[in-house]
Amino acid sequence: MKHVIKREQLRPDIIQTIEELSGQDIKSCYQCGKCSAGCPIAADMDVPPNQVIRQLQLGFVDEALRLKTIWLCASCETCTTRCPREVDLAAVMDALRNIAIQKGIRSPERAVTLFNKIFLSTVKRYGRVFEMELIGMFNTGTLNFFKDMTKAPKLFFKGRLKLFPNFTGRKMANTVFKDVKRIKSSGPEENSEPSKGI
Amino acid sequence: MSADAKTRKKPPADAHQHAPNDSGITASDRRPTPRVGVFVCHCGINIAKTVDVKRVSEEIAKEPGVVIAEDYQYMCSVPGQQMIVDAVSQHNLNRIIVAACSPKMHEPTFRRAVGKAGLNPYLCEISNIREHCSWVHEDREQATEKAIDITRTILEKIRGDDSLDTTSTPVTKRALVIGGGIAGIQAALDIAGSGYEVILVERESSIGGHMAQLGETFPTLDCASCIFTPKIVEVAQNENIKLLAYSEVESVSGFVGQFEVKIRRKARSVDETVCTGCGICTEKCPTRVADEFNRGLVVHNPDKPRKPFGKRGAIYIPFAQAQPKVATIDRENCRYYQAGKCKVCEKVCGPKAIRFDQKDEIVTEKVGAIVIATGYETLPRGVYGEYGYGKYENVIDGLQLERMLSAAGPTAGDIRRPSDGKVPKEVVWIQCVGSRDESKGIPYCSKICCMYTAKQTRLYKHRVHDGQAYVFYMDIRAGGKRYEEFVKHAQVDEGTVYLRGRVSKIYERGDKLIVMGMDTLSGSQIEIPADMVVLATAIVPQHGTEEFARKLRVGIGENGFIAEAHVKLKPVETSTAGIFIAGAIQAPKDIPDTVAQAGCAASKVLNLFSNDTLTSEPIVASVDEELCSGCGLCIGACAYDARKMDEKKHIVVVEDVLCQGCGACRAACPSSACELKNFRTEQFINMVDAIT
Repeated sequence: MKHVIKREQLRPDIIQTIEELSGQDIKSCYQCGKCSAGCPIAADMDVPPNQVIRQLQLGFVDEALRLKTIWLCASCETCTTRCPREVDLAAVMDALRNIAIQKGIRSPERAVTLFNKIFLSTVKRYGRVFEMELIGMFNTGTLNFFKDMTKAPKLFFKGRLKLFPNFTGRKMANTVFKDVKRIKSSGPEENSEPSKGI
Repeated sequence: MSADAKTRKKPPADAHQHAPNDSGITASDRRPTPRVGVFVCHCGINIAKTVDVKRVSEEIAKEPGVVIAEDYQYMCSVPGQQMIVDAVSQHNLNRIIVAACSPKMHEPTFRRAVGKAGLNPYLCEISNIREHCSWVHEDREQATEKAIDITRTILEKIRGDDSLDTTSTPVTKRALVIGGGIAGIQAALDIAGSGYEVILVERESSIGGHMAQLGETFPTLDCASCIFTPKIVEVAQNENIKLLAYSEVESVSGFVGQFEVKIRRKARSVDETVCTGCGICTEKCPTRVADEFNRGLVVHNPDKPRKPFGKRGAIYIPFAQAQPKVATIDRENCRYYQAGKCKVCEKVCGPKAIRFDQKDEIVTEKVGAIVIATGYETLPRGVYGEYGYGKYENVIDGLQLERMLSAAGPTAGDIRRPSDGKVPKEVVWIQCVGSRDESKGIPYCSKICCMYTAKQTRLYKHRVHDGQAYVFYMDIRAGGKRYEEFVKHAQVDEGTVYLRGRVSKIYERGDKLIVMGMDTLSGSQIEIPADMVVLATAIVPQHGTEEFARKLRVGIGENGFIAEAHVKLKPVETSTAGIFIAGAIQAPKDIPDTVAQAGCAASKVLNLFSNDTLTSEPIVASVDEELCSGCGLCIGACAYDARKMDEKKHIVVVEDVLCQGCGACRAACPSSACELKNFRTEQFINMVDAIT
């Protein structure tokens, strides 16, 4: 892709927002590639993590926000742990996802969005994740009804898959959700659509 | 002295060896019957593991003339050397062979031991059975055979060896330093500081070189003038330094300790002793031309379009702190010399220092050592057509930008683009312009560009706060104390954008320069509409280095820089004894390295001056007067100027002190009149016969 670089477009305000949200200096990265080298998901990404940072360094923000990479990032923080320049890459990815949601940019990875949505709704409802419902709803949502079905009996007999939800910690979870809502409503992004992806 | 030394024959006599001699008396008849002692070294397991050293000594002991053959763990150890000394007296030996490592390693050790035993040191030879045998072979049987053969050949050589005496010559304790940049100045100050006289020759009208042109220097960003001009002043004030500016070395003859140098003092058209350097003439001169000290940089002056920044008069003083601070007339641009009329400078000169009829002068100086510090220049314009270098006004090179950044420069430190004098808001630097580009004939890295580019982007940002600097680079090579941190500072704190890739092309569109590049890190093609482009052009040797090196009889390396004697172990020595190098004439170098190397060269000169006399190696060439036809081919073949034609006898004679014993003359001589002492043809034939 060809880009024309001009000084006024090099560091748009949105870069500053990304830096504030993540607490990272994008310029710190010297493109050694160690993050991409250790990333367990890099092979499935459209561009490796270091190139996401590179795009931000050159002001190609719109491109970065439309990447699959930011949604495939599992926040395992391997990159963060190993970065020689101490850039918290996982935090940058988080910031990018937040901004993408705020801007209403649809994630190219629909399954990831769906998973996040179902995951949070079960946590909200029961206080912790209820796997049976999560799998059922996710498989239905992705129209892949029998995905991983064969693994269910084994998980069940090992006690890893419960038939009924566990309500321990529901109170605590409720407080967290309430806090989030309160912060959101009093925060500067009041009019942004909440829970588009969450 | 042994009997050998007393019976030492004259060189012409031993040249007769191989030729039939009617009298039947040859030099070998006059040599005493050889009584050879052979000592075979195990070198721990280095030799003994692959070569059966016992068998080597047994086999060699059977050869005629060998009185004793022994082997020992480490011949170079003190007991090993003592073995040799004892054997000489016990067995009345007159020749010693040590079968061991390369003569480069321990020949001096064993020759010293032999000398201690009372023999002439040149009657000791080394048979190299380590580097030439045990280290390069695996089969023990074959390696042993080869070791025996090697030692046999050396045995044949030593039979024909003669005692040789070293000669000594006095040392003239004065040094010549060529080049008045930071390298030459540092070397001159260091030598002069030790109390020896130094002659400092500079081609330009003032000393200072490139460092005087710079703005601020990495990695500390201190102003070049502030740290450099005190040194320039020190040179002028040092009583031990004789400064010959606006001068060039014409020729060098002689040898280490006794060089004779002819120096051309070019005509300045100004009397140096009278001129006060007031500078009135330089202001009144009606001619205005581009200034080489500003590297030809001329910047448009928006207020006075007819008086652009950066030009000088035909009579000029290159910079305020110049030394010697006297004016010089550039005859090629002077109206008087070109048109015969003007003489304005003569009219305005208070002390009456202008001399239109001044002529070049040749002075001769005798020195004992020479330091070459002639430095570098950058890739000439026009080589990079695709970047419009030399075509677009706003494409400049790094040194031109240095002039702009210098507080004493044409724009007094402001960044202005040459075409219209506006402040450029987007500036692109391109690294490796020429360097690492084999298609341009420059395979090497220019070493300083990564650092000065980072420095210039930082200084640019300090002066143009809302400006943006971009750097196209291939690799960032910031090896050096505080260098990496310096570059990081430019990237992170000053916001210089580094783009990894070479620029393909630059073209003008309106008043912008469109830079077409690539960022391989994001895989995107990049186009930057820039206001100005700065090229980090390759460092190349000073022009005329090749001819200059020929004058001084020093070698040139593959990239045109003057070659050091050994890239690691003799970095300031050249192939000619007594001539040293310092600074960028050896290879591209930054200021810290240059200063260090200049100090090193100075210490080598001082090392030389700590001797009152020098002894010279006696293995030199000789000429058989009867065979020499006086064709003179050998004179051309000699790289050391050691051979001269004796016009009376019409034969060639050798100057022993100059001869390095390389043997080039022997190969060149069509009449076989040349011989090298102890490396005579007869000896070699016998060596070959011994193993065939």
